[in-house]
Amino acid sequence: MNAPWKRDGSANVPAGLPPPLEAIRDIVRRVVEHLPVQPPSFVLARVLDQMLLPRLPADAREALSRRIVELQITDLGIRVRLQLEARGFCVASVQGEPALRILAPAASYLRLLRGEDDADRLFFERALIMEGDTELGLVLKNTLDALGPLFGTRNTQSM
Amino acid sequence: MSAVVEGGSVVKPELVCPAGSLRALQMAVGAGADAVYVGLKDATNARNFAGLNFDDAQLREGVAFAHARGARVLMALNTFADARGVDPWYRAVDTAVAMGADALIVADTAVMAYCRSHHPQLRLHLSVQASATSYEAIEFYRRHYGIQRAVLPRVLTLSQVAHVVRLSMVDIEVFGFGSLCVMVEGRCALSSYVTGQSPNTAGVCSPPSAVRWQDTRAGVEARLNGVLIDCYAPDEPRGYPTLCKGRFDVEGRRGYAIEEPTSLNTLAILPELIALGVKAIKIEGRQRSPAYVEQVTRVWRAAIDEAAGSAGGYSVRPEWNATLMRFAEGQHHTLGAYDRPWR
Repeated sequence: MNAPWKRDGSANVPAGLPPPLEAIRDIVRRVVEHLPVQPPSFVLARVLDQMLLPRLPADAREALSRRIVELQITDLGIRVRLQLEARGFCVASVQGEPALRILAPAASYLRLLRGEDDADRLFFERALIMEGDTELGLVLKNTLDALGPLFGTRNTQSM
Repeated sequence: MSAVVEGGSVVKPELVCPAGSLRALQMAVGAGADAVYVGLKDATNARNFAGLNFDDAQLREGVAFAHARGARVLMALNTFADARGVDPWYRAVDTAVAMGADALIVADTAVMAYCRSHHPQLRLHLSVQASATSYEAIEFYRRHYGIQRAVLPRVLTLSQVAHVVRLSMVDIEVFGFGSLCVMVEGRCALSSYVTGQSPNTAGVCSPPSAVRWQDTRAGVEARLNGVLIDCYAPDEPRGYPTLCKGRFDVEGRRGYAIEEPTSLNTLAILPELIALGVKAIKIEGRQRSPAYVEQVTRVWRAAIDEAAGSAGGYSVRPEWNATLMRFAEGQHHTLGAYDRPWR
């Protein structure tokens, strides 16, 4: 697959940073996209082991089990590939098509993880793109929605 | 148009909001919903998506949360029972009663009959899926099954809604906002031609397992069970991958052959709906995220309070429409069938 963050006219790129920051972003992206996938994947796997795995319902755990999920942070050029194993989240092989690929700029991921935005809205606006197993994507989306923010929590109990 | 007055004050319609998860329920109640509607994790409701909806423990907690804050919980049991066995639907009724749901939203007469015989005290709302568009049909359900509210399909004009409200002996609920479906709810089997499943039987228009998005030279293709239903240019907004909202080549022209992706928004006619005597306004979107539920609920809470509380001073605030526009499917709004100037 071509790097989807390259604006070649046909690429499938969600909107990212505002124009004044595009130049900086392009420099960062050009550097980052040549870095190996494993380090950010390893870091994210450890974060998810701490923040997501203990709260992950059994049905979602089963649906995600041994399926490769690739996340691309399109404006930064970061790509991570993860796979859920019995012992927790692991770095997935760099080879082969993932079961699910999600492409979005950093801001979209942050807003979703903080419970501030709606994945369908981002999808309508192409600020979030999903490829592959749509059902797996919905399991992931609905599970994260039900869990609430993984950080920056707004306390619903006070309502 | 004068507002409906009972006991000296305008009757404020109930704001009924969607909750696809316990968190969405909490957000809706916190943002001012009078009632939330929910479903179980199975095909007994029309939003049967993986990871969505409530198990018994979540439903119990949700009911307790809502009741503690003065809100009601309505349970959608609005698909049609499978001829191979109605037990899952009957069990869902029993579960709703056991968990303390305030009413059931039902479509199937077998389910209604079971409710009447086994739980005669249970409040029943006629689902939009039952597709009752006339007061005669609604009266049939009231007389035979004791339904106390009917949700009208989104195919009636404002004057037709007024006619039904005037003659019906039950409360009338209408849709206020959300993705639009023009297929006369309850009568649509379109998706079953491609996927073998329809919203009225399996609870889904487009089963996620049948949906594929593919990046090609021509654009991003949306396929349903292998059938090409749309192809989007790189910068083109997208919609839900349902057959009814696909674009097809028809007689040499490519376009929306059945309906365009769009969202219903009735903020502009809210005073008229209140004046007609509509008892509840429903927000669509159990499949949407809690962020949608919270923000849309907040807008409608403010709008209903203002429309019911002000004597002719209501106007749609730009910030309300701006918020709703952000969440609209197709990025634009319509009054749908309520307004048919061409008629």
